[in-house]
Amino acid sequence: MKPNLVYGARDWSSHPPLVFPAYRSTTTRGPKKPLVPIPQTLTELTAPVYGHDAIGPLDSDLTRNAAKNGEPLGERIIVAGRVLDEAGRPVPHTLIEIWQANAAGRYIHRRDQHHAPLDPNFHGAGRCLTDAEGRYRFVTIRPGPYPWQNHDNAWRPSHIHFSLFGHAFCTRLVTQMYFPGDPLLAHDPIFQSVPAFARDRLISRFSLELTEPGWATGYAFDIVLRGPRETPMENR
Amino acid sequence: MPAQTPSQTVGPYFAYALTPEPYGYPGIASNRLVDIGTPGERILLRGRVLDGAGEPVEDALLEIWQADASGRYPTEAPGEARGFRGFGRCGTDAEGRFSFETVKPGRVPGPDGKLQAPHIAVIVTARGLLNHLVTRIYFADEVAANASDPILALVPEDRRATLIARREDHPGGPVYRFDIHLQGEQETVFFDV
Ligand SMILES: [Fe+2]
Repeated sequence: MKPNLVYGARDWSSHPPLVFPAYRSTTTRGPKKPLVPIPQTLTELTAPVYGHDAIGPLDSDLTRNAAKNGEPLGERIIVAGRVLDEAGRPVPHTLIEIWQANAAGRYIHRRDQHHAPLDPNFHGAGRCLTDAEGRYRFVTIRPGPYPWQNHDNAWRPSHIHFSLFGHAFCTRLVTQMYFPGDPLLAHDPIFQSVPAFARDRLISRFSLELTEPGWATGYAFDIVLRGPRETPMENR
Repeated sequence: MPAQTPSQTVGPYFAYALTPEPYGYPGIASNRLVDIGTPGERILLRGRVLDGAGEPVEDALLEIWQADASGRYPTEAPGEARGFRGFGRCGTDAEGRFSFETVKPGRVPGPDGKLQAPHIAVIVTARGLLNHLVTRIYFADEVAANASDPILALVPEDRRATLIARREDHPGGPVYRFDIHLQGEQETVFFDV
């Protein structure tokens, strides 16, 4: 950490509001008092460091990391992209964790009661580190949509959950990646909670370059974290 | 210029990925930050996460980040700090409870170079939180340090108590109690940082 660096603010115009009534559980869980602005200190400018010792050899391949007696069912896909900061610089060697439902829309989570089959060869979680250019790549199965209790006939569009740290506690990001052309996006209050102009940043792009012949289709998804800035003199 | 990727909720089903030990997979962090050799005062941090109706939040994820007992973050002294990662994760249970086994952090420099009071940074995520929340845990027995802390000074006085963990001395060692209220009269102070 260079002590004269701080990070740009969380861009609240791009993020969802804390309370978004169409997503029902925000109404009792989203804080209602204003957030208290504070300067970034060493606490916010440092972050846990994870190296290759934290990552197993199969961790980025969800089609193999839980396989017991075969391959998981469903459409094999490659999800890859770059982690960048707001200036377009790569965020290298940073941890990405993902999790998702299986092809039938069922999570292995113990509380998921959706009446759809579990897949004995699919766990649905993976992790990797970005390389020196901020690149990452996962192999997985396209997750299915699943019903939830938010409103009558509510369905989540197919999505993959992403968790990232970046290089500072204040650059943490938890988000979800969606698929192009999914008709459920228009009806999903979680996706719709993002201001309209920023929604397409959460939708992956089909990529023929990432697609591997005879094996798996490819989806590109870049993630942009808050970027470091020089501290203006008056804040030093 | 690329623009920030918007945040989305962690949802209810993160446990098998982010706190996966009960599912038979190793996680990158747990709620035990210490081992036998970790220097410093051992503490247990306990609390609950409650929603605006006072109901327990049974599917929240807490992440903590803290300096070691001498006031250094692990990233500052990568060689030395092996064994103390400074980072922990805990999912809440059906009663909204969480706990961490850690050491009391030392003081770290603040924005003006003066020392901050000992504190632990906390991220709260859950179903129903479209953005992760950021708060801090301070310690009730650090009266003088708290009184001169530059961050606490920015918090309206009548809300500061929401950031201060209460100390209980038990035969097994000190327990600090810290409840997180997502909404309501006692809503915890969350930071924009
Ligand atoms: Fe989900």
